[in-house]
Amino acid sequence: MRNQMIPRVIAKFFIPMILLFGLYVQFHGDFGPGGGFQAGVIFAAAFVLYALIYGLDEAKKVARPAVVEALVALGVLIYAGTGVVSLLKGGKYLDYNVLAHDPIHGQHLGILIVELGVGVTVAAVMITIFFAFAGRGQSE
Amino acid sequence: MTELLNVVLLTFMVIVALAAVWLRNLFASVMMMGIFSVLSACTFVVLDAVDVAFTEAAVGAGISTVLMIGTLALTTRDEKTPVRWSVLPLMVVLITGAVLVYGTKDMPRYGDPSAPVHEHVAPRYINDSPAEIGIPNMVTSVLASYRGYDTLGETTVIFTAGIGVLLLLGGYRNRKRQEDEF
Repeated sequence: MRNQMIPRVIAKFFIPMILLFGLYVQFHGDFGPGGGFQAGVIFAAAFVLYALIYGLDEAKKVARPAVVEALVALGVLIYAGTGVVSLLKGGKYLDYNVLAHDPIHGQHLGILIVELGVGVTVAAVMITIFFAFAGRGQSE
Repeated sequence: MTELLNVVLLTFMVIVALAAVWLRNLFASVMMMGIFSVLSACTFVVLDAVDVAFTEAAVGAGISTVLMIGTLALTTRDEKTPVRWSVLPLMVVLITGAVLVYGTKDMPRYGDPSAPVHEHVAPRYINDSPAEIGIPNMVTSVLASYRGYDTLGETTVIFTAGIGVLLLLGGYRNRKRQEDEF
């Protein structure tokens, strides 16, 4: 689709907006609808659109497979690490009350970090799966 | 108004699902599945489950459609016409469907306040979440805090799925490395 002007122009408009909306859903998840999972798939959809319009190789330059594969593990580590931090601070595993000076702030902080972990893993896994599927035809 | 919307959406979903089964062109079938996902996302919006609608629209209509088309590019665009019609699969589908419809007779009516799901832990979450967690979106406080272990498990499942796809399909780099060695 590299030579078709209309999809290219539309995608140029839309990709930043999709990314921005993904970030909004991620960090506004405790006030409005949304959260890590939704934000992750929306974020990944922007990269998929980029790869569809500009080609897989260009997309792999933006989201380097090695980095994306590291992010797959990083998200789970952030989530599980939050639990370990709350253990070290004297609470139970994934007990956010002890993360900050008072329980409500601790809960806010814990939910924000944990949702970030979910979002990172989901986005990275979706991009990885797409790269694996789309790259299959090229390599063989 | 909601009833009318539901009737229209569900009718369209049935038509689109039948079309996806009947069409021999697999590309058109994949598009039908995408439309089906958009329609079910609309149903979730009608049910006030906007979080689920987000997910359905992004995953069902977006990413999985792209993955299906990617798969079609590797295989073939047209479904082979079956050599003979067999009755057994049809019977299995019909009996399963009948059992499922029979099962719905035991389910509480939609929105019934005395349904078991509304009387178990839901009142505790609704009463205590504003004081204990203090964020307006109760779905997030249940998902991330009260049910934090479950969400950790779900994230691990997604992680495992990514690793599995990478191992099965993404092996081209290793293959190249092996070719270089020989």
